[in-house]
Amino acid sequence: MKVVLEHLTKIFPSRNKKEKNAEVVAVNDFNLEIPDGKLIGLLGPSGCGKSTTLYMISGLQPPTSGKIYFGEDDVTELAAENRGIGLVFQNYALYPHMTVQQNILFPLQNLKGENRLSKEEMLKRVYEVAKLVQIDEYMNRKPSELSGGQQQRVAIARALVKMPRVLLLDEPLSNLDARLRLQTREEIRRIQRDTGITTIFVTHDQEEAMSISDFIVVMKLGIIMQTGKPQWVYDDPANLFVAKFLGTPPINVFRGKIEGEKLYIGEEAVLDTKGAEDQEVYIGIRPEGFILDEKGGLTCSVSGIDVMGRDVSVVSTNENSLNPVIRSIVSADEAGKVSDSGEVKFRLKEHKVFVFNRETESRVYFGKQFAAHEAMLRAMQAEGEFYAFHEGPLPREADDASKQTQPEEEKGFVAKVKNFFAKIGGAFRKKPETPAEDVAQEGAPAENAENTEIADPTQTQMDKEDDISQ
Amino acid sequence: MSHKKSNRKNKNLKNQWKAWLYLTPMIILLLVFTVWPIFNTIRISFLCRWDEDLGAVVGYDYAKAIQGVKYQFGFNNFINVFTTGDSFLIALGNTMLLTVLTVPISTMLALLIAVALNSIKWLKKFFQTVFFLPYVTNAIAIGMVFAAMFGMVWPTPAKPPTSVGIINTIIEAFGGHYINWVDRGSPYWANIAVLVIYIVWNALPFKILVLLGGLQNVDKQYYDAAKVDGASRWRVFWRVTVPLLSPMIACVVITGFIGGFKEYTSVVGIFGDGMGPTGANGSLNTMVGFIYNYIPHNQGKASAAALILFVIIFIVTMINMYVSKKKTHY
Repeated sequence: MKVVLEHLTKIFPSRNKKEKNAEVVAVNDFNLEIPDGKLIGLLGPSGCGKSTTLYMISGLQPPTSGKIYFGEDDVTELAAENRGIGLVFQNYALYPHMTVQQNILFPLQNLKGENRLSKEEMLKRVYEVAKLVQIDEYMNRKPSELSGGQQQRVAIARALVKMPRVLLLDEPLSNLDARLRLQTREEIRRIQRDTGITTIFVTHDQEEAMSISDFIVVMKLGIIMQTGKPQWVYDDPANLFVAKFLGTPPINVFRGKIEGEKLYIGEEAVLDTKGAEDQEVYIGIRPEGFILDEKGGLTCSVSGIDVMGRDVSVVSTNENSLNPVIRSIVSADEAGKVSDSGEVKFRLKEHKVFVFNRETESRVYFGKQFAAHEAMLRAMQAEGEFYAFHEGPLPREADDASKQTQPEEEKGFVAKVKNFFAKIGGAFRKKPETPAEDVAQEGAPAENAENTEIADPTQTQMDKEDDISQ
Repeated sequence: MSHKKSNRKNKNLKNQWKAWLYLTPMIILLLVFTVWPIFNTIRISFLCRWDEDLGAVVGYDYAKAIQGVKYQFGFNNFINVFTTGDSFLIALGNTMLLTVLTVPISTMLALLIAVALNSIKWLKKFFQTVFFLPYVTNAIAIGMVFAAMFGMVWPTPAKPPTSVGIINTIIEAFGGHYINWVDRGSPYWANIAVLVIYIVWNALPFKILVLLGGLQNVDKQYYDAAKVDGASRWRVFWRVTVPLLSPMIACVVITGFIGGFKEYTSVVGIFGDGMGPTGANGSLNTMVGFIYNYIPHNQGKASAAALILFVIIFIVTMINMYVSKKKTHY
């Protein structure tokens, strides 16, 4: 079943009616066409609106505006139970008092009228699904007697038993340990292939999304940044955010400039950038984009070498790097050339270097990248797949700062009360004492000022979180 | 290996004495005011003597004991409880009846009110306060208010009442005939009805509080899941809410039974310490009332009755625990 989202918007109203700025735009004019039978990953840092999008598709949250179509049906106004969706919750929400069988049976028992199956049919269906997710040995256990991975599979079975048109998974792997995560994501991939149900899942883990999705949708602050096949998005990021969000180890970002069709990091010319205008830029270089070369343009000082078996990660620093350390992955043979300290010189692979405008943070193409980008777009069109590319300036965290205004309002109220009492106090006092009233009134704005100071650390906190996710 | 183990043991002991030190004040209080009285009650319940003047076996009496009267060990107090008059059986019957009637009613009502309170947004705090009020009011005072509400004013017993309480006024406003709820000559069923209303009303706040707390702890995702699964409200209530609340419900039922068997203040509040309507003293007596009757002059019999009450409560609680363990297991 094809799923189409048209201008989908979700605005959470401010809790305080007076403060209109405090409303939060969780999903902003979201347009997406999800093809039939694919596995789609909604990817983004926490608070980017991916879960909200999922819950709007499920029908548990009504959109503020916009439309949702399943195939040709407009389901925007339809209640969750009538949409024909299966939803797997982040912590599975298995009913703890029911056995595995009762849990999977529950959605079928709720069917009414002509849809209602006979008892034998219900059980048959339950066992079919249980077999599909390989949980049929544990039918009489309670959820608490199962491991995390098994619970996950029961949750998927419960979502699948009604034969949904669309399967939705909310952070399906976040509660599993590392090894189970690898195993379960293969499992989800297999189940999706076996059933052919259009599946949408939400995750903040880029590796997870990249590894199993047919398509990924990278989001930031409720806006689609880029969509496409994981490899495409990785190889051709639309902007700095996408480039930073995908890849482990993360991309190395430098401050630099383009001057005379040459790319500079500091004073060093590192690459020819034919066809790019002069401008201040950020330069993203994938860890695998470095080549050890004594004649290379980029000089870094080595601070250590991490051996990871097949590859070696050279850890170095450069004053123009935005990351505290630069990680470059080179083959183990080459790493012999590098001493534990001192300087190292890199040559850069052109297709692993992404240049972004300093102001807009959107991509600046140069040289062969023009052609590569064109080729990719043509390939996508040929496959008839949807593709979105966020152009123009990025939404800033600052847009989101309105969230912070709410406690201010409360404080403002306190200030008002204080003012009020100060005035009453003033009325009772004799005139010479009015300075006291002034002090009280000055006290109120002072509190507001203090308040904005409180808001600031959280702001930087958010920035920090953003950094971590990158 | 064993050396290491004993070492750890020593360390544990060292840490433990500090814990015991902190616990000491509480332990002393418990020993003096709980453990010793329990022990003493058991001891006294077996003490009795043959009274020449009365020509019967009487139980331990503290006032006589300090005058040097000797008591022997025996089971006569327990026999006396059941054989001298039928007042204990009346008390037992009343207590059982009240418990069996009030616990299910109050639990069901509390569950419905808690679910309703949990699902409203407007005036939630207000209604929470309203339903919590009985908890902070004085039981005797409210009992007197109930007596006035259900009561009537009779100039002479033979004539009809000159004025009736608010409940009868309401009944008459709807065209009914007034009922003698609590006054002289009132029927037993009317008395029990008033008591049941009072006890249920009085028991609700605690139960609502516990159940509401339980409801607020239930993960909202279960309800989202049930909604996606297409469960009707009724099915969600019975298949999701009630099972998830079952530990709380079990707690409320068990404490309800224990409280029911200790029922006393409601009867005193409404009917006074005659434990029954005027002219029928003792007809509404409860087990605790029976115990209180014998405390002044026959502590042996009172202790025996208290032990019997304890055994009954113990057995009922065990049954409750057994049933709830079977039903609430998850």
